[in-house]
Amino acid sequence: MIEELIVIVLLALMAVLTLGIALQRNMYAVVVLSGAYSFLMATALVALDAVDVAMTEASVGAGISTVLLLGALYLCGGEEAKPLTRPWLPLVLALVISGALVYGTLGLPAFSDPMAPINTHVVPRYLHDALKETGVPNVVTAVLASYRGYDTLGETTVVFTAGAGVIALLRRIRRRKDGEQKS
Amino acid sequence: MRGFLVLRVVAKLLMPFMLVFALYVQFHGDFSPGGGFQAGVIIAATIIFYALIFGLPAARKLMPEPLVETMVALGVLIYAGVGVAGLLLGGNYLDYFVLAHSPVHGQERGIFWVEVGVAVTVSGVMTKIFYMFAGRKRSAEEE
Repeated sequence: MIEELIVIVLLALMAVLTLGIALQRNMYAVVVLSGAYSFLMATALVALDAVDVAMTEASVGAGISTVLLLGALYLCGGEEAKPLTRPWLPLVLALVISGALVYGTLGLPAFSDPMAPINTHVVPRYLHDALKETGVPNVVTAVLASYRGYDTLGETTVVFTAGAGVIALLRRIRRRKDGEQKS
Repeated sequence: MRGFLVLRVVAKLLMPFMLVFALYVQFHGDFSPGGGFQAGVIIAATIIFYALIFGLPAARKLMPEPLVETMVALGVLIYAGVGVAGLLLGGNYLDYFVLAHSPVHGQERGIFWVEVGVAVTVSGVMTKIFYMFAGRKRSAEEE
């Protein structure tokens, strides 16, 4: 009961923050608000017992990406330009899509329903045998690194690709600048 | 930020704890929340913190760019190397059972090295992206 209340309060705060982000024209304020949003999200994930994900959300969403966004804002300035036309069509589109998504959630099984398909397929085996098979008490780590090792290899490669992409994009500009200075 | 004495002292006090926490998250991830990804992000956050307080050149001295760029690729290679080691020892790719004399020990060893690989790549990429962003000047200043 109290957990439900905490989650509802957190979600309400997140909704307020989202409105603030949408209405705010100063990008610095938007970055700080989205950092606060990430912290609220992390807290909600702790309340839902997903501590590993909460840790990632707090460190990446609230920590690193806030710093990176502030660094990007330093480069490009912090005021959002006023839109030239009233964006009614995107608004209607967004409302329709979010309505469809909410309608889709009505078909989902109840939260932490033990008979839900996700909890009856491989999860019992992980929970029962992970310690015996891998010697790792934290089932999340066992699933991530061992049972789903291929997926995690893919994720690591994605992170690597992101880094390589940023290097490729930004370094070329710096070299061209060096060339300009020499000439 | 060179003039802010309090910030500099507090940063120097905090950094060892942040790094130890990162190591704890990394190597205690088998028993408690955490793992390679989170530890890598915390390591990168420590370096970014240092760069914010002491300036980018000091951070580049602490973590030179060639080292960071090597880490970006090295982590994936460690991860993939664990898979190849499993192949060489007679198992399937990313099969940890063959890595040690008993299957459970093999699993523990495989998970350990896989997590090391993830941490190395993640910390390298995060630091490198920050270096890339912070190393650029505003377009107005260039002209």
